[in-house]
Amino acid sequence: MPEDMVVHGLEWTVKELFVYPNEYIYWAIQIVMYPYMTGLVAGAFVLSSLYHVFGQKDLKPIAQFSLVFSLALLPVAALPLLLHLQQPTRALEPLLTPHFTSAIAAFGIVITFYGLIVLSEIWFVYRAYFVAQVHELKEQPGLLSALRRIVYRALTIGASDVSDGAIRVDKKAATILAAIGIPTACFLHGYAGFIFGSVKANALWMSPLMPVIFIMSAVVSGIALCMLTYIIIMEWQAYQSRRGGSVLEASEIKGAEIDVISKATRYLLAFLVLAITLEILDLIFRGYTAMKSWDILRSVMYGQDFRNIFILQYTLGNLVPFMLLVLPGRTLRRTAVALVLVLFGVFMMRWNVVIGGQAFSLSFSGYMHYELPIIPHNLETFKEGLFGALTVISMPFVLFWVINKFIPSLRRDAESIK
Amino acid sequence: MKWHVLNPLWVAIGAIGLVLLARQFMVPDDFGVHGRNFTYGYHRLSNIQEWKDFPVKYQGRDYCTDCHAENVQEISGSAHAIIQCENCHGPGVNHPGSVQSLTIDTSRGLCLRCHADLAYPNTNRGTMPSVVDKTHRRRRECINCHDPHNPRGV
Amino acid sequence: MTHSRRDFLKEAVGTTLTSVVPLSAFTLLSTEEAKAALADLKIRYAFLVDTNKCVGCGLCVKACKTENEIPYDAPVTRTWIERYVITKDGKTHIDSPMAGRDGFTDRKMHDEEIDPADIAKAFFVPKGCNHCENPPCVQVCPVGATYQTKEGVVLVDRKWCMGCAYCVMACPFGVRFIHPVHKVVDKCTMCYHRTTKGLPTACVANCPFGARQLANLKDPDDPVTKIITTQRVAVLKDLYGTKPHIFYLGLDLNVR
Repeated sequence: MPEDMVVHGLEWTVKELFVYPNEYIYWAIQIVMYPYMTGLVAGAFVLSSLYHVFGQKDLKPIAQFSLVFSLALLPVAALPLLLHLQQPTRALEPLLTPHFTSAIAAFGIVITFYGLIVLSEIWFVYRAYFVAQVHELKEQPGLLSALRRIVYRALTIGASDVSDGAIRVDKKAATILAAIGIPTACFLHGYAGFIFGSVKANALWMSPLMPVIFIMSAVVSGIALCMLTYIIIMEWQAYQSRRGGSVLEASEIKGAEIDVISKATRYLLAFLVLAITLEILDLIFRGYTAMKSWDILRSVMYGQDFRNIFILQYTLGNLVPFMLLVLPGRTLRRTAVALVLVLFGVFMMRWNVVIGGQAFSLSFSGYMHYELPIIPHNLETFKEGLFGALTVISMPFVLFWVINKFIPSLRRDAESIK
Repeated sequence: MKWHVLNPLWVAIGAIGLVLLARQFMVPDDFGVHGRNFTYGYHRLSNIQEWKDFPVKYQGRDYCTDCHAENVQEISGSAHAIIQCENCHGPGVNHPGSVQSLTIDTSRGLCLRCHADLAYPNTNRGTMPSVVDKTHRRRRECINCHDPHNPRGV
Repeated sequence: MTHSRRDFLKEAVGTTLTSVVPLSAFTLLSTEEAKAALADLKIRYAFLVDTNKCVGCGLCVKACKTENEIPYDAPVTRTWIERYVITKDGKTHIDSPMAGRDGFTDRKMHDEEIDPADIAKAFFVPKGCNHCENPPCVQVCPVGATYQTKEGVVLVDRKWCMGCAYCVMACPFGVRFIHPVHKVVDKCTMCYHRTTKGLPTACVANCPFGARQLANLKDPDDPVTKIITTQRVAVLKDLYGTKPHIFYLGLDLNVR
């Protein structure tokens, strides 16, 4: 076969017994990354909304951060899809000719709508800060300050009234947007679950529970990521101030606040329990009703995927962090470990749904094994390989670093906003 | 009245306007619902003609008869009557135009498709003469001894 | 409160405008187009496959690849043959080496020798796109790149498909694949370029045994249609409700 002729999926699929000739693992690592990233987006936003809408004052510091972080996550949610598409130059088509009977067509509309909400909410929260920066930077000399001033002026979109009345309106608008944003975030990730749950051809995916399971685990992952990033950043800043390298006074840096973490942990546990309950329920139903697909599904779950499902996801990713968070004497370090495990558990859930659903043939008489390409040797094995996945997972942090330069959201900086 | 609350809305409308404008240029004019309903008929209409214009390769036995009547007659009276000319001779497209002669597949593999011994009971295949490839004249082509147009002929 | 009313108004307008995007995706049919659509409803193609006649020669697979320019050595295909061998101990052995492209010349299945004396029954099943009446693959395409023609044939627009492969996942029969050269989704087109000229499909034309036949279900005088309507036929995976249009004679309960 000539060099440019690649059978998509052939490289990383190993077939066993009888598999239809055209069956390969078409939805590979990037399709695992995509719901994972959108889940983080939805979860981060819900966490922020717990403060803005439900007035959970203890969550204020982390709420600021998670709102901006969800903005950094948003473009990254689209990145796995761009890497997956065989024709990425046609990626805008779901916006141009959306075929609404397809769950994926909803993607263009929902992510646009959701993006507008997040951007608008951030605007209302930070508008006074932008205006303040415009005034402050006027005094400072230098090209960099002038450039930054231009950016802030653009960000104000001409609204420079910072009277008490205007600020009150800003707060009200932010609250309403956060309220609308919660169902939108749920929809954003619920429909991702619908993408899988509505595929009747796939015996593992087809389930009305899929959208709900996805939403629950999305919120879990979002909260966990925000908490973890928050802890790391705050502890790093506290560490730096203790070493005497910081400009601010030591008393201002207290590190990650235990109260904030405790409160967020309670929400995390609630959603974690919900997510696990639904997944176990799905499993029990399948075993009980024992449809034609049950034989091969059971064979996959208890055989080749046993480690991935029961050990990595359910035990290491759910049970162990649950114990760590619930047992008395919970320290910050134990929480951090639990959060890492939770994030891993949610990733394994996505993996077990996407890859697990393709681990058996449509013939129910054969298996497919997924071998993630590690070292890329062509474009395909990069895009749908380990390095493609690493590119995706590192992007939000890069973006957040850039955004944070203009829209500061960490405790030290947030103090100057409200 | 704090009008500044509507500023993000204007930006949003602008962005949506841009998308609608892009649609005018990027979506072909004949894209729409053609046929049954939106679910099954949403597509670009000119694609139908594009598929119709795809080049035909196989011509069928009637096409070969025009010039090769003798061969057609011979095979039609033999046990291989059901075999299509193009099964062994390849598609007749561009022949006799730009393709002077078709490449005939004379490999063992071609004959073994039907005649490899599989010994399956109660099948159409079981009624046909068959050979065990490994033990039947291994290094020769079948046509060395068997005439494909008249397999049972002397 | 004026402020909250204004904010709700803002979002309501935003939502309305966002929904204008999908509505503008519709084009209205003119009366001429509607009349033409109704006139062509006299054709509905379907396949009739007789597994009693199929010997597994694979000439249909070879013809399909040649006719439709599917790279010959690539392990993807628009149609294929499955071999079923049910042994007396009740085990079902199924294989499809290179999709049956070179026929079946070896008794070994998945590197396992099967003693002919142990065989209870064996047969071959040709498969391909069923051109379903309610194709789930068309339903899930996010961009309108795949669709159903008025004859019931399901096609893919190569210039519009973005290769997300959602349709590939949604097909219960596994007939779709990514074309190795064009890098878009491909599948059996029922040789649309041939059938619209009155020619049979490449597989039907090249099957020596008449195991594959084409029918126009809307033509009551079509001899193949008569077989479908008067003899006992079956379809694959009926439970999915897609209403497949490959009708089988001699379909065994072991067929996947």
